[in-house]
Amino acid sequence: MSILVDKNTRLICQGITGKAGAFHSEQCRDYGTNLVGGVTPGRGGGSTLGVPVFDTCTEAVKATGANASMIFVPPPGAADAILEAADAGIPLIIAITEGIPVLDMARAVAYLKAHHPKTRLIGPNCPGVITPGQCKIGIMPGYIHKPGHVGVVSRSGTLTYEAVWQLTNLGIGQSTCVGIGGDPVNGTDFVAALRMFQADPDTEAVLMMGEIGGNAEEQAAALKKSGEFTKPLAAFIAGQTAPTGKRMGHAGAIISGGSGKASDKIAALENAGIRVAKSPADMGITLQAALRD
Amino acid sequence: MKVHEYQAKDLLKAAGVAVPAGIVATTPEEAGAAFDELGGGLIVVKAQVHAGGRGKGVAIAPDADRAEALEIASGRKPRPEGMAKGVQLVQSRKAAVDAAASLLGKTLVTYQTGPEGQPISKVLVTVGHNIARELYLGLAVDRATQSPVLMASTEGGVEIETVAEKTPEKIHRETIDVGLGLAGFQARKVCQVLGLKGETAKKGETFFKNFVRLFIDKDASLAEINPLIVTESGDVLALDCKLNFDDNAMFRHPDVAALLDPAEEDPAELRAGKSGLSYVSLDGNIACLVNGAGLAMSTMDLIKFHGGEPANFLDVGGGASKDQVLEGFRILLGSPSVKAVLVNIFGGIMKCDIIASAILAAYDEIDFRVPLVVRLEGTNVEAGKKLIEESGRKIITATGLTDAAQKVVAAAKGVA
Repeated sequence: MSILVDKNTRLICQGITGKAGAFHSEQCRDYGTNLVGGVTPGRGGGSTLGVPVFDTCTEAVKATGANASMIFVPPPGAADAILEAADAGIPLIIAITEGIPVLDMARAVAYLKAHHPKTRLIGPNCPGVITPGQCKIGIMPGYIHKPGHVGVVSRSGTLTYEAVWQLTNLGIGQSTCVGIGGDPVNGTDFVAALRMFQADPDTEAVLMMGEIGGNAEEQAAALKKSGEFTKPLAAFIAGQTAPTGKRMGHAGAIISGGSGKASDKIAALENAGIRVAKSPADMGITLQAALRD
Repeated sequence: MKVHEYQAKDLLKAAGVAVPAGIVATTPEEAGAAFDELGGGLIVVKAQVHAGGRGKGVAIAPDADRAEALEIASGRKPRPEGMAKGVQLVQSRKAAVDAAASLLGKTLVTYQTGPEGQPISKVLVTVGHNIARELYLGLAVDRATQSPVLMASTEGGVEIETVAEKTPEKIHRETIDVGLGLAGFQARKVCQVLGLKGETAKKGETFFKNFVRLFIDKDASLAEINPLIVTESGDVLALDCKLNFDDNAMFRHPDVAALLDPAEEDPAELRAGKSGLSYVSLDGNIACLVNGAGLAMSTMDLIKFHGGEPANFLDVGGGASKDQVLEGFRILLGSPSVKAVLVNIFGGIMKCDIIASAILAAYDEIDFRVPLVVRLEGTNVEAGKKLIEESGRKIITATGLTDAAQKVVAAAKGVA
């Protein structure tokens, strides 16, 4: 078991004929993901990487039975691509694209809530989702992962790789790793990811990497404190030294008006009984300690 | 992206949001002419810089003592007689000319600018009004509701952060449907909360709806009108306005993108942006170059955790090409306070040996005046490390995050 993706996932890539879309679709396929097609408007009827290319998601779903889409469409059209996938009935949409206008995402998320409440959107601006040994959808390097029973959820990319690599080197495998993305408006937050991990019998514990900005980490702490999330949980919060009012790369990583500070997040997590790594070098061993609690 | 007050007010005016009449001046003489054109009377001359706190700000010569100016602008030291503020009331043409002369070409230091201050190249000459009430209006994207939220408060003219902290119940919030804009009933609710009645309430309704429409239509990321004033004659006007825009949406707003004033931006941050790098300068002496924003922030934290002070945030993105590393190094070494550099790369799709070659090539192209510590992890890490170790360059390699941090902190202290 795992969450979101597994051996039965049938993936299409929207933007498969673009440079990044083509490269990462191939990487995913080589990892073992069942890539069944791609979508690029105007390029329907052709094929690439040995799979058919369609003009629309609806055609792709009809022809291939796809149940997941990975989005590499450039920022101006990316939110629209998300809606197209949802409209085609694809239940899982993973948006990798970085730099989508915030209000485009606000409109897209509102549309999904109103018209496709069961569609699960991951991202945008995220590394993707991987269930080690079964299915990789995204840009993460596959080989650093190891099949196992620890769920990983994070707002950033390379920091997640760092955490996963620490786990793998400690001999701790992962059930599923989810990058929820660094944007202020996204499809899945920590609470939603933790609920999925709670319901997954194969996940024994979760490692969560948060960062400054917003209050998603505080909400996760509340979920643990309320008793709704019962599994061992360890965390790290990036941005303890970040100054107020300066955006740290991610559109969401900014301390504004005194809210979103790392210290508040760490206090909320510790108050809920969650172990928080002091140094990013200790993410793996902090999870290991949480497993022994 | 930030714009000046006068630019923000032009956008408000075009969107049907009422603002006081005003004219931009770049010389004292133009300010005098503007005074006449506005009909004289009570006129305000306002320094145009991308920062708040201008009213208490201190305009100084670019070579004056800025640390002291910051103390004064922050209210920690008494203000000497005759020291120019960023916002000045004038009642004669001569006073307008003098006010403009005391600001133009100077540097404005406010509690928000830090000691560096911001250069003043323009002033806004604007009509003063008899103010009956000062209110607050703000708009930002709220993550919790995943929508813009309009904030209104009767506590205008003061720092809204203080209001939010001490009396949050005094800030009324309306969640905005991005498709709908501000609905009529919501606008009426805001009027009621702010105590606007009769004709003033009608003016308020139009003001609020158009303000929200502008925010959505132009992809603003933050909009603040503080104070929003009600004049003694019952008009509702934006006395000040701060507008920030979503950089990612500027491709569809060339008119807004054209308003960028490079003089107000940190030159290193601007330069980094042109190469696809994300850079923020900090006060410490250990520079870092990292791939990925989360890892870059964590690397700053790591340096601090081991007793050092990070000099910057620098994210070269997932790829880390030679050109990006080279430009990154140039930006980092451009800061005189930097005593050591840490490169921390987790090579995923981009292999470590390729990154090592990029680092070596960049290293050779510039005069690397401080110790360089490199920590690589990920695909082909052994090959990457070997390349660096056998290169004969004075580069310190590290294994793991802790080792890297300890080595770079020691190097910055001159121990290594």
